[in-house]
Amino acid sequence: MLELATVQGVSVEEQGVDYSPLAIRGLTVSYGQKPAVFSVDMAVQPGAMTAIIGPNGAGKSTLLKAALGIVSPLSGLVTVFGQPLEDQRARIAYVPQRASVDWDFPTRVIDVVLMGLSRQLGLLGRVRARHMARAMDCLNRVGMREFSDRQIGQLSGGQQQRVFLARALAQDADLYLLDEPFAGVDAATEKAIIAVLKSLKEAGKTVVVVHHDLATVTDYFDHVFLINTRKVAEGPVAQAFTAETLQAAYGGRLATAQIDQISRALG
Amino acid sequence: MSGEEFVPLSLTPLLIGTFAAIACALPGNFLVLRKQALIGDAISHVVLPGIVVAFLLTGAISTWPMMLGAAGAAVVAVVMIEAIRRLGQIEPGAAMGVVFTTMFAGGVLLLEQTDTSTVHLDVEHALYGNLESLIWLDATGWSSVLDVQALAGLPPELPRIALTLAGVILFTWLFWRPLKISTFDEGFARTIGIRTGVLGMALVITAAIAAVAAFDAVGSIIVIAMFICPPAAARMMTNRLESQIAWSVLFATVSAMSGYVLAGYGPLWLGGADAVSAAGMIATVSGLLLALAAVFGPCRTRAGAPGGA
Repeated sequence: MLELATVQGVSVEEQGVDYSPLAIRGLTVSYGQKPAVFSVDMAVQPGAMTAIIGPNGAGKSTLLKAALGIVSPLSGLVTVFGQPLEDQRARIAYVPQRASVDWDFPTRVIDVVLMGLSRQLGLLGRVRARHMARAMDCLNRVGMREFSDRQIGQLSGGQQQRVFLARALAQDADLYLLDEPFAGVDAATEKAIIAVLKSLKEAGKTVVVVHHDLATVTDYFDHVFLINTRKVAEGPVAQAFTAETLQAAYGGRLATAQIDQISRALG
Repeated sequence: MSGEEFVPLSLTPLLIGTFAAIACALPGNFLVLRKQALIGDAISHVVLPGIVVAFLLTGAISTWPMMLGAAGAAVVAVVMIEAIRRLGQIEPGAAMGVVFTTMFAGGVLLLEQTDTSTVHLDVEHALYGNLESLIWLDATGWSSVLDVQALAGLPPELPRIALTLAGVILFTWLFWRPLKISTFDEGFARTIGIRTGVLGMALVITAAIAAVAAFDAVGSIIVIAMFICPPAAARMMTNRLESQIAWSVLFATVSAMSGYVLAGYGPLWLGGADAVSAAGMIATVSGLLLALAAVFGPCRTRAGAPGGA
């Protein structure tokens, strides 16, 4: 379990083995003067589906990006399955926000999914029949098999999101990190994505999702992590996703009516 | 045209022009997709301080020190552009604008403060090459291609640009996969262990070296055109990066060859007396090819803004 008091500069070994798929201690990230994420500790539950929730600009995506080394934190320690991040890259799959890439890029759906196999392929390895078969299988799992030859710009937003998920599946990881996978997608896509994520959980994988739709949290997730620059709450949905924690995370930005509604939904 | 006339007068300019065009078009594909294509323009300005410094250090106008000075300045500029872009988190165009105007202005000041009255230090002549002048007078015909003595008289720009092209091809081939992935999705590239900062820097340094070698041989106008026109035209011919590269090489080759021929003979065909600048004609042809691709290319419609849902 996560020790509350951690001394900076102490190596992972000295702190004892931490088997959390993703453990973060004292993470602070700043894009300018104001910190986007301040002194956050997090210990992701193995084999669970965790939602990272918070208001806009609360540092949800930044937390994920810093955990993955995409942005450099000012301070903090990240371990993945108890090891330094760089040693565990092969066990992580990441789905960025759909809007973070240029979908006019000249490439086909199948090529994007094959990017998920680049660790196996190496610098100059040829794409062989077994790689193609694996990529097609991943497309099949998100219901996009027949789109494999399409240029990615010709897809709808939901279809693009499913292609990104297929690429993550091709990575065959143990820890899946998704940034807003349900943002701006159609209902069919949302259903398809959640089905895939649940199948990953059943296969013993750990799934962490930056999520914005409070209404679906209890249906989709086991654990929540509430953040508003600082950590607000962390734990199983029943304990950590309450009217009090939501009020603390969202403050005035969440209408009382919404909180009442969620309170009723939570029973 | 017979070999006796073609080999000494036209073969080497054609080869040098084509090699220079391809050496710039290859990295240009990635630069266009990364919205950094103006880097060719930036490099053409920042070489000035490099040349002046090289002149001050050596006191002579000679090619190698000036090329090294230009390459050094170009590398300093692209490193600064990348650093400003990343640290300041601003768009690449703005970073380029800041760096190249400052360095160019610094070069002008340096030139003004230097006593160059005894020596005519003219950037146009010191570095920016003239394609038509790269003739091979030792050649007597096609047999000279195998004649060691005649080959020794080749213009030195030819082996230089050939070596540069080989380096550019090697870089593109070796780092094809990481270049493609990090150009499309930098965040994802980082998570699979690609060092995107180093790779991005290597790409712009490769482009800078190609640009300086091409300046030396063919002048700046071709370089700026070749970074942008063939890749942009190629993008509208296909929706696959692999084919886009092939199209861009084809467009660069066609521009260089037909531009050279049109510059030499076009005015005569039209009844004029003098040939026009080959470099200018090559750049013009590449622009016309881009215009044709923009009107008739099969893949010219933008799919729509990302995240428009």
